[in-house]
Amino acid sequence: MVPIYYYLVLAAILFCIGIGSFLIKRNIITVFMSIELMLNAVNLTFVAFAHAHDNVHGQIFVFFVMVVAAAEAAVGLAIIIAIFRTRQTLDVDSMNLMKN
Amino acid sequence: MPTTLSNNVLALLPEYILTIVGVLIMLGEPLLPAGRTRKPLGWLAILGAIAATGVSFWQLHLGVMNAFSDSIRVDAYSIFFQVVIGAVVVISLLASLDYFEGNSSHAGEYYALVCFGAVGMMLMSCSTELLMVFIGLEISSISTYIMAGFRKGQGTATESSLKYFLLGSFATAFFLYGIALTFGATGSTNINVVAAALPHTNSPVLAVLAIAMIIIGIGFKVSAAPFHVWTPDVYQGAPPPVVGLMSTAPKAAAFAVLLRILYSGYAIDQPRWQILMAILSVLSMCIGNFGALMQRDVKRMLAYSSIAHAGYLIAAFTALPADGIAAAAFYSASYAAMNVGAFIVITLVSGYSERVRTGDDYTGLAQEHPVLGAAFSFFLLSMIGIPFTAGFFGKFYVFTAVMHSGHVKLALIGLVNSGIGCYYYLRLITRIYSTANATKSSSSADFELAAETDPALIAAPLNFPMPAVSLRIPAYVALAAAALATLALGIAPNGVLRMAQSAAIATTPANAANQITPISPSSTLR
Repeated sequence: MVPIYYYLVLAAILFCIGIGSFLIKRNIITVFMSIELMLNAVNLTFVAFAHAHDNVHGQIFVFFVMVVAAAEAAVGLAIIIAIFRTRQTLDVDSMNLMKN
Repeated sequence: MPTTLSNNVLALLPEYILTIVGVLIMLGEPLLPAGRTRKPLGWLAILGAIAATGVSFWQLHLGVMNAFSDSIRVDAYSIFFQVVIGAVVVISLLASLDYFEGNSSHAGEYYALVCFGAVGMMLMSCSTELLMVFIGLEISSISTYIMAGFRKGQGTATESSLKYFLLGSFATAFFLYGIALTFGATGSTNINVVAAALPHTNSPVLAVLAIAMIIIGIGFKVSAAPFHVWTPDVYQGAPPPVVGLMSTAPKAAAFAVLLRILYSGYAIDQPRWQILMAILSVLSMCIGNFGALMQRDVKRMLAYSSIAHAGYLIAAFTALPADGIAAAAFYSASYAAMNVGAFIVITLVSGYSERVRTGDDYTGLAQEHPVLGAAFSFFLLSMIGIPFTAGFFGKFYVFTAVMHSGHVKLALIGLVNSGIGCYYYLRLITRIYSTANATKSSSSADFELAAETDPALIAAPLNFPMPAVSLRIPAYVALAAAALATLALGIAPNGVLRMAQSAAIATTPANAANQITPISPSSTLR
């Protein structure tokens, strides 16, 4: 059997990749995808711990995370469309209307 | 008290009322013809929010209620924050009643979103189950993301909404990871079970990581430095009544969650997280105040000031449980009163298109509109912490609590920072009361950039746009309520402070006072 910490380390790596691409990527859609990656890393952690503790609570939590992520995606994509309509670009670096 | 159906209904009655009102507004909005005013929906939302606040206050007489298998706990603590949130929502709704009227075709959705957001915030303050906290946090966050971008045509507003959304979801991921690690360390996500299981955990490292992740996640939400980068842009671009709401109510809810998680869930690790909170507090105070010194845009300046205020509030986390929670609760109430008031003035002064933006634009405000000028100055004085205002007692209680636990250096840094803060608040007040009207120049860089995406902005006249007197009455009522609350908290703070203290006692574990020994001041700040 695969030890539990393999999953935890994998989840941590995924989470870090998510943080990294959130900071590095320049397209808003990709930045948004990296947040989804982070959420899925959290889901993996929950499932792994749920298995380790033999406790179904962690898996229930995952369902809620997925539902909320879907709601967030709906709102997020709507905001991204609104941005594209006003600015005709999805580059994060051009989102600099507000400077002092 | 056993968990029964009636108990479940009673415990979440304010949330139910707001949800039903929100759904009714969503149903009513498409039924109204396109050109018709949306004000009836706004009044419905106001009535719903008043009812929810009233019911929440009434719950105080029902004693402690545990509902939904111990995932909800309605006690003096949750009620304190719910009443603050409810009051902020009522005042912001009154102020925004005429703001979206005639300017956007979908004003009804705004009222529904405010109601749903309030549901999320109220859920946050009364949940003892991290799953419920997460859901409440998301309900409130998703509604505020949309509200921030409600002026769809304006580039700055959508950009503010995007930044809020991206960084808010980023923070949520951290918060969730913290919950996952908590679950890993203790096998539960219920705060009380976590507190009981922590002393026997096999993996204390996970618990420490979990605290750090949760503090990062909530730190983003309350705009504490170094997680504050989104705040200035979001506050600058979002419509002012929305900023008034989202800089106070969700913050109060997030602090309620953080206080509960740290003081009752992670009470055993207090020395560890206290150091983190002290660092966060010092950074927020310094970055907030020094950042605000350099701002020309008034909303941006208030955004930095809100970072600084988050810093003062976080200082209370280094105090002993009972003192710290009471001081933090009182501070969040007083900050809510003065900040909502300040943003109502900005709403009235700058209007929908927001031609009036920089500090220079506010020159001579008191001459043209004496009431607004006086009110704005009063709220700014309260933010400085002048006696007879809410801000004074807020700071007084926080720094007293911090001194009591022996963190003299932290209190001193806070006091020095309050002094620095005087400069930019007073600078704005002198502008409001100066008479030289000729210095008005709205040609700041951000204005030109904003005008590129919204040509209507150039056409807007460069004076204080004021709607007809009859249309201003609800906003003035809201302004009077905020000013009265700020004054009342500054003259007679005892009633609210007693509520805050009973709130603190309600959420502190009974044995916490014996368990925790104050850490020495030298270990907090080196």
